[in-house]
Amino acid sequence: MDRITIFVGHYGSGKTEVAVNYAIKLKEEGNDVIIVDLDIVNAYYRTKDNEKMLNEMGIEVISPTYANTNVDIPSLPAHLLKVFADKTKKVVFDVGGDDAGATALGRFFGYFSQEKYQMYSVINTKRPLTDNKENIIMMIRDININSRLEITGLINNTNLSYETSCEDILKGEEIVLSVAEEIKLPFIFTSLLEEKVSEYKKKTDSKLFPLKKYLKLPWQN
Amino acid sequence: MEKVLMKGNEAIAEAAIRAGCRHFYGYPITPQTEVSAYMAKNMPKVGGLFMQAESEIAAINMVYGSASAGVRAMTSSSSPGISLKAEGISYIAGADLPCVILNIVRGGPGLGGIQPAQSDYFQATKGLAHGDFKLVVLAPSSIQECVDLTMEAFDIADQYRMPVMIMGDGMLGQMMEPVTFGSYEGRKLPEKTWATNGTGLKRAHNVINSLYIDPDTLEKTVLDRDKMYQKIKETEVKYETENIEDADIIMVAYGTIGRIVKNAMKKAREEGIKVGLIRPVTLWPFPEKVINEAADKAKAFISVEMSTGQMVEDVKLAVNGKAKVDFYGRTGGVIPSPDEILAKIKEVAGGIE
Repeated sequence: MDRITIFVGHYGSGKTEVAVNYAIKLKEEGNDVIIVDLDIVNAYYRTKDNEKMLNEMGIEVISPTYANTNVDIPSLPAHLLKVFADKTKKVVFDVGGDDAGATALGRFFGYFSQEKYQMYSVINTKRPLTDNKENIIMMIRDININSRLEITGLINNTNLSYETSCEDILKGEEIVLSVAEEIKLPFIFTSLLEEKVSEYKKKTDSKLFPLKKYLKLPWQN
Repeated sequence: MEKVLMKGNEAIAEAAIRAGCRHFYGYPITPQTEVSAYMAKNMPKVGGLFMQAESEIAAINMVYGSASAGVRAMTSSSSPGISLKAEGISYIAGADLPCVILNIVRGGPGLGGIQPAQSDYFQATKGLAHGDFKLVVLAPSSIQECVDLTMEAFDIADQYRMPVMIMGDGMLGQMMEPVTFGSYEGRKLPEKTWATNGTGLKRAHNVINSLYIDPDTLEKTVLDRDKMYQKIKETEVKYETENIEDADIIMVAYGTIGRIVKNAMKKAREEGIKVGLIRPVTLWPFPEKVINEAADKAKAFISVEMSTGQMVEDVKLAVNGKAKVDFYGRTGGVIPSPDEILAKIKEVAGGIE
């Protein structure tokens, strides 16, 4: 597995949840981990929201200079570049939504051309603009163009927030598998809340990635 | 219909398109820019018009033009942008035109900040701009309610020939929830015989105007409009209540704060404090009657807002001295937590025994 893992996708696909859980898993496996919040599109609900928790776990968070402040300027900090220099660290990139968000990756083209990476597209088929094979392929193409990188694998993260059923996830998995077959990319895993795993295992043999929910709204306990 | 997962801003845009809005004039501002982005992508697919105007002022005056022609038109912005639109909204109200205006409120005053707030309550309900006029102001608290109220907003605007505002805070614009479209049935509406959409050589010219040369004529126009407002106060009030029957303390909160208060209410009930909630869905017309009647039994009211205390004035007017009215708020983009609200409930509960 390559040292750098990048999560991209349509906005609202659940990239941040997957990226945060993925970084924690890497840490639990004994790695030194940095997570980069590269989202220059979204104003709220982002990796930086979990900074305190992640720091306590020993995971370093690098985020846009003014993230979660009132300054609406999408500037990235200079020390971000250390993730390319320090080869001892595992790095997780949580990229902003859509091709617009993926544009922020483009400026690192020089670094990524010297080191291999895996770039996973997180897909939620319950989002209206990624609800079928054609739309998803179009989104993948747009992200590849704007990021100047290549998506190397697909993740099914189909969910309807607190109303998600295993049938929804399974339908999403079928769509993502059909995309994987059409554009010849590997299917990486289906990510789902850990409490759904045992029920879902009865329906499919595919690889699963259990998620803990870290991003919560003020009325969610 | 099948459910999809949508962000508040997107859901409002999609609901507007489904309600038949084909003219959207926008100007980007955080935290509502997704509305413009969604319209830009999707209006052309239904043969509609998305126009990024050169300013907020231009956008609202384009709405004025489209509304005059009798088509469903909309603009959206966030707090500072709404202030810029104020003059245009007064003209639209003065010309008796229907349109929908979305305000995804952020911290103020001035440029303020981009985090959620409710500090535009006075502006929306009391005095958005010059002159005797009102907007119907709808305050959704979930993404499904965003969808349903956006669709109804166009009907209310057409029925009364007046601007309708949908007011949400930044949290509502940015958060995601499952929604379904198509649950709204729609009202029976009068034909737009007043629109300046061509006489076809079959009728006299229609005139859209807010200038009146003769004071008596202007007074009559304003008074007629006021009669309509009085009727709206009878027919269009919307609210949700929970646990008010046995409540000693009634919380009044709108929008997303209504949901945070529900959490605090649950915790308070677990500790034996009888708390209820009245959640205004229309901020104008304000649900005065239900609050006034609840004040016959309840001992105290607490208005919880993301402001320094604006709606609390309407709560006081509605309670009309029958019970104590208290306030808890955070402002500037800070969201109150259920525990903070619970602490306020305990403080008030301690004082009413």
